Amino acid sequence: MTQDPGRAAPAAATPPGEGLSNEETLAAYRVMVLARATDERCLTLQRQGRIGFYVPASGQEAAQIGAARALHAEDWVFPAYRELGVALARGVPLEALFHQFIGNSGDVLKGRQMPNHYGYREFRFVVASSPIGTQITQAVGAALAARRRKDPVVTIAFFGDGATSSNDFHAGLNFAGVYRAPTIFFCQNNQWAISLPREKQTHSATLAEKANAYGFPGVVVDGTDLFAVHRAVSDARRRAASGQGPTLIEAQVYRFGPHSTSDDPRRYRADTEVAHWKEMDPIKRAKELLIGAGVLDEARDTALWEEARAQVSRALESAEKTSPVEPGTLFDDVFAEPTPRLVEERAEFDRLLAEGVIKP
Amino acid sequence: MTELTLVQAVNRGLQQAMRDDGDVLVLGEDVGLNGGVFRATEGLLKEFGEERVLDTPLSETGIIGTAIGMALYGLKPVAEIQFLDFIYPAFDQIVSELAKFRYRSGGQYPCHVVIRSPYGGGIKGGLYHSQSTEAYFCHTAGLKVVIPSTPADAKGLLLTAIHDEDPVMFLEPKRIYRSVTGEVPDGDERVPFGRARLVREGTDVSVFAYGAMIPVVTEAANALAAEGISSEVIDLRTLVPLDEAAILASVEKTGRAVVVHEAARFCGFGGELAALLAEKAFFSLKAPVTRVTGYDTPFPYALENLYLPNVERVSHAVRTTARAG
Ligand SMILES: Cc1ncc(C[n+]2csc(CCOP(=O)(O)OP(=O)(O)O)c2C)c(N)n1
Repeated sequence: MTQDPGRAAPAAATPPGEGLSNEETLAAYRVMVLARATDERCLTLQRQGRIGFYVPASGQEAAQIGAARALHAEDWVFPAYRELGVALARGVPLEALFHQFIGNSGDVLKGRQMPNHYGYREFRFVVASSPIGTQITQAVGAALAARRRKDPVVTIAFFGDGATSSNDFHAGLNFAGVYRAPTIFFCQNNQWAISLPREKQTHSATLAEKANAYGFPGVVVDGTDLFAVHRAVSDARRRAASGQGPTLIEAQVYRFGPHSTSDDPRRYRADTEVAHWKEMDPIKRAKELLIGAGVLDEARDTALWEEARAQVSRALESAEKTSPVEPGTLFDDVFAEPTPRLVEERAEFDRLLAEGVIKP
Repeated sequence: MTELTLVQAVNRGLQQAMRDDGDVLVLGEDVGLNGGVFRATEGLLKEFGEERVLDTPLSETGIIGTAIGMALYGLKPVAEIQFLDFIYPAFDQIVSELAKFRYRSGGQYPCHVVIRSPYGGGIKGGLYHSQSTEAYFCHTAGLKVVIPSTPADAKGLLLTAIHDEDPVMFLEPKRIYRSVTGEVPDGDERVPFGRARLVREGTDVSVFAYGAMIPVVTEAANALAAEGISSEVIDLRTLVPLDEAAILASVEKTGRAVVVHEAARFCGFGGELAALLAEKAFFSLKAPVTRVTGYDTPFPYALENLYLPNVERVSHAVRTTARAG
């Protein structure tokens, strides 16, 4: 593998007890396992044609769940499409996610988006989109709005290493610096933007150092270390909440799987590189620590995995039993009230359905 | 009632909304200290302070992305893009994000941002201070597109835009910012969306236009009246939603239609109107629908007066249409 000068050496993981209690750590670990079990199942489901597409998060669980657990319930998350661990840690029910993956009538998004592009207002998890980086400026705006309302709310934007080249990365960090926005920029540097390696994304030694140019701190953290991530995000949250402004965090991780189910990573990266990073599998690292702390053993771990897989099966089963989206909902939610034109198009659509010209 | 120019009416509309609702704020380049390069936001910083009048860094995607975040949170941001010609760095935020938030979240995240932007030619602005690209926005589901042509409509439609629940592109014909004055109601008097304005009643030809073309078309109609041609002039005011009923009723009466806009012809809004008439008023038509528009060239500098529809071109088209068939 190519050695990135800014890449953190895999230091010994931070021990539990620093910020997360043993119980909290175990709870976080459960979510990590659930996320991994979901990924494993969904990759299979996609191959079987039972879901159309999937974006795996494997390898990034400690970064996502460590970050999410450092947030408060009232904080706002602006995710990209790879934030399964964040969604689960925020409390989004697995079943809701499976409804979304299938895009059925149980999906609160009404089947409007590809799998993984979800959002749940109830969990302050803003709806994701495909264009890279757009959520970064939006997180800044929401942070300014929260400050105007005097709400004790911090916003956090999740994005990848590729997004650091986007217009909105620059605009968002610049605005946040100028207005001292209570925002956290959480970059998961998973080393690849589809086939483009991190060192070709930017000539900067680290992504974190880009924060210097905007006048606020940037920190590099080992994103396979749950505790290190949790501490970095807790610190950034404290800074934001106390009026000290934004922080950029670069969590160094690795995407174990393909970019998405449409991608074949063997075209651009070596298996040896993947194997190298798998030695730092965040789940393995967390498990070793929990065993060391005496809160987990092999038997309980096996049970925990079984429960996670069963939970995935239950969520899938429920989603597959749920009816498809009603065709007429195609015309809902374009505006608060449909325009006359939409009313007319819907009537035409209903007529074509009734006459059997088109079929649901 | 107060006699105001169009840009003053915009200013009063902003002031009114900001006085009535603490969630309304404005952001954009030079909107604070400088009061906007056209002075549309003059006095707002003094009255409402920096928290509600944000001079932003020079980044359109930053302005719109930030406004979107504010709107998701529940504020009512009114973003100014200094010239419509410079909106493209924010095009992604507008088309991919703003227009789609409500839909893509299944209704969970309405996103109500008003984007005000001076647009159109006639000020010797060349390629990059003149264009009329309303059709890009009309073509994007989820955006409302509003264009006032009088001071009263500028204020009244802006107030409706600010209190709407959906994103609104509020395009201001800068050529008539100061050349048009009129009585404007004081207070929170709103003009509804989706209703065209009958500028001039007539029986022979229907002429549809909006923005800075309204004074041009009105002058042409007055001149044609002397020749015995009675033109009905309709100001569309809101392109989305469109007042189809008013358009169809007029053409059912006259049987003849001319569409006038500054924007280039190919795929311009006039094409949509012509299609509408072909679909829904075909049997009322006594003559081909005619378009008087900008040409399919980039916007020129020295020759802008030849590019823009003027009284002569409009008169010629209306006369020809009135006599056709
Ligand atoms: C503006 C834009 N350009 C291109 C794409 C196509 N695309 C999807 S994901 C991706 C790479 C993103 O990499 P990164 O930001 O590092 O995030 P990751 O997928 O690795 O989590 C690209 C090029 C896109 N979605 N948006």
